[in-house]
Amino acid sequence: MRRLLSGIATVALLGSLTACGGGDDAGSDGPITLRMTTWSSNPAHVQLFDSIAAEYKTTHPDVTVKFDALPIDNYTTTVTTQIAGGNAPDIAWILEGSAPDFVASGALTSLDDSIENAGDLAPAATALWKQDGKLMAYPFSTSPFGVFVNTDLFKKAGVSLPSSSWSWEQAAAAASDVAEKTGKQGLVIRDFDYKDWTNLATVFRGWDAEAWSADGKTCGFDQPPMVDAMTFLHKAIFTDKAMPAPGVAADFFAGESAMTIAQISRTSLLKEGGFGWTLVPLPAGPAGEYSVIGQGGLGVLKKGKNASAAAEFVKFFTSPANSAKLAQFFPPPRQSQLNAETLAKANPLLKPEQLQNVVIDGIADGVVKPSHTGSAEINQAVRSSLDPLWKPGADVPGVLKGVCAAINPLLAK
Amino acid sequence: MTVGSSLTRRRYWTTRRRDQLTAYVFITPALLGALAFVFLPLVLVVWYSLHEWNVLADTFNFVGAENYRKLADDPNVPAVLRATAFFSIGLVVLNLALALLLAVLLNQKLRGTTVFRVLFFSPVVVSLLAWTIVWGFLLQDNGGLNGMLDAVGIDGPNWLRSGGTAMVSVVIVQVFKNVGLNMVLFLAALQGVPVSLHEAARTDGAGPWRVFRSITLPLISPTILLTSIITVVGSLQVFAQISVLTQGGPGNSTTVLVYYLYQQAFQFHAFGYGATLSVLLFGIVLALTVLQWQMRKRWVFHEQ
Repeated sequence: MRRLLSGIATVALLGSLTACGGGDDAGSDGPITLRMTTWSSNPAHVQLFDSIAAEYKTTHPDVTVKFDALPIDNYTTTVTTQIAGGNAPDIAWILEGSAPDFVASGALTSLDDSIENAGDLAPAATALWKQDGKLMAYPFSTSPFGVFVNTDLFKKAGVSLPSSSWSWEQAAAAASDVAEKTGKQGLVIRDFDYKDWTNLATVFRGWDAEAWSADGKTCGFDQPPMVDAMTFLHKAIFTDKAMPAPGVAADFFAGESAMTIAQISRTSLLKEGGFGWTLVPLPAGPAGEYSVIGQGGLGVLKKGKNASAAAEFVKFFTSPANSAKLAQFFPPPRQSQLNAETLAKANPLLKPEQLQNVVIDGIADGVVKPSHTGSAEINQAVRSSLDPLWKPGADVPGVLKGVCAAINPLLAK
Repeated sequence: MTVGSSLTRRRYWTTRRRDQLTAYVFITPALLGALAFVFLPLVLVVWYSLHEWNVLADTFNFVGAENYRKLADDPNVPAVLRATAFFSIGLVVLNLALALLLAVLLNQKLRGTTVFRVLFFSPVVVSLLAWTIVWGFLLQDNGGLNGMLDAVGIDGPNWLRSGGTAMVSVVIVQVFKNVGLNMVLFLAALQGVPVSLHEAARTDGAGPWRVFRSITLPLISPTILLTSIITVVGSLQVFAQISVLTQGGPGNSTTVLVYYLYQQAFQFHAFGYGATLSVLLFGIVLALTVLQWQMRKRWVFHEQ
């Protein structure tokens, strides 16, 4: 009998614990707190977000917005775990890699009525974030990749600086030269580190290579353009020593490499009084000039407790006026703001021609980094099947065939 | 009437029953903790493993044994189990052998042994992540270890990046991290071996090796059992080291079971299949522990 009683008591106690956990739901009319997950804890970013939220509070005194900065490495994992745990954020930033998963899953509410002057958004910027013609997330950051150049290292090595129209052959030769003469590394593809291969799109797009076809069904790794691009990359790494080999750490922004391919939002990592630098567009490949953009989206989760209030705040956060403020950190998708004049005010470190060449032209005809539904699993399969490529004397076409063999079943899902 | 009822009440609360109640009250907090944080999650994991749970689409469908069928057909599972076995066996053998060797050496009455004991034990109190991250830097191709090898004219391998050395590196990083703990346990056991037995054996003409094999080893065998269970269970749960040092690569060579289930559940959002993998892990840990416990009759000589 007592055993039964203690059992009941235990269950009752557990029940009350869980009830407490879910009990802080505010009534529909009372004050509400919206939680927006981001991957930026940069104090300057947070200050701007907070000021936008404070301004919103003057007209919506009941609404408080909290910005919850999560580490970017596990960002999507953390957000999905929060959703699984019944603690979904009201508004979430979404990395482009997981965009198809979020957009297609039905986890987001449509933002068609929550964006002011939506006709102003650049089609190249919104393509990834639409489902059946509806905008499911707002691409608040559309940041093209460019090449940052350490001019001090180039001068020290006596190598002439890259111009805004240059080729991959020239880039590899210059990187190899500077590396040899200065003892530093040549060209670093930032955040690639032989793991996040999607950053290699900044190179292989120059050969018109693609990871998979536009409909996401056909693997592109074993196609001739990719084989040529990867052969070039392999030679640049292991023969020309133009790029750091696997396991070699080199941070451009700490002065450890001559050049780096990175998004222009990384400009904030350059310190006043550090080394001399310049920014040039990606080199042209055999297929001509090209540009690649990385994006961040902003979506309202259906599972959040206050979805309609959240959509209301998103309308304010993304309004033309706030978009112009956000432009100092995140290149906006609004065409009316994509001019050197607006951007120059926001990015004092960049010269007008750099903004025109890299940012404005880049967004106009940029291709977004590869993404796919189930991208985490596909990316992992690509990473592990690409690993045999990263050693001297690798059989490039053979390895790339292996990549297709590994991901074909996943693409077909 | 009142007398009768108070009598029955008095009879009900016998000393024995009152002691039992006290005992239950005392263990209640621990019991509740175990129920809420061990048994309940365990049951839920089994429940989840029978479902397909898509967090983003918010679907939670009963699929019966589908996840277990997927487990049987998963082409990655054999490689994952091989990597797990390699890691665990490597870790247990190296860790226990080194710990015992250190304990025996540091059990000598020599000056400075305390310094060495502290030295070998100190990694145990270092934060696991800090330890792993620092080793990550040391093991880079242009890192500290190869720098030292370079100084003596050896061209070191790319430790974490080549299939042959990545797993070995992870094992060694983990051995150095935890060998101190087992060493201390062995030291305590060694000091519990009565000196009189050693003296008697020596009087009978036994050499040092014979004394160690026939006296010391059987007497510390309960500790060997304990350390081997702890080390085996711990080795099956390795996660942070893999996550920091190799992320399961190169290829899938260091994708151990826990890391694979983390990938499935939290990176690929396949919570149901992840739960299935953790049921598999639970089964393996349980089976190994039961096996070791059964084997104690054979090789644990001295048990109190």
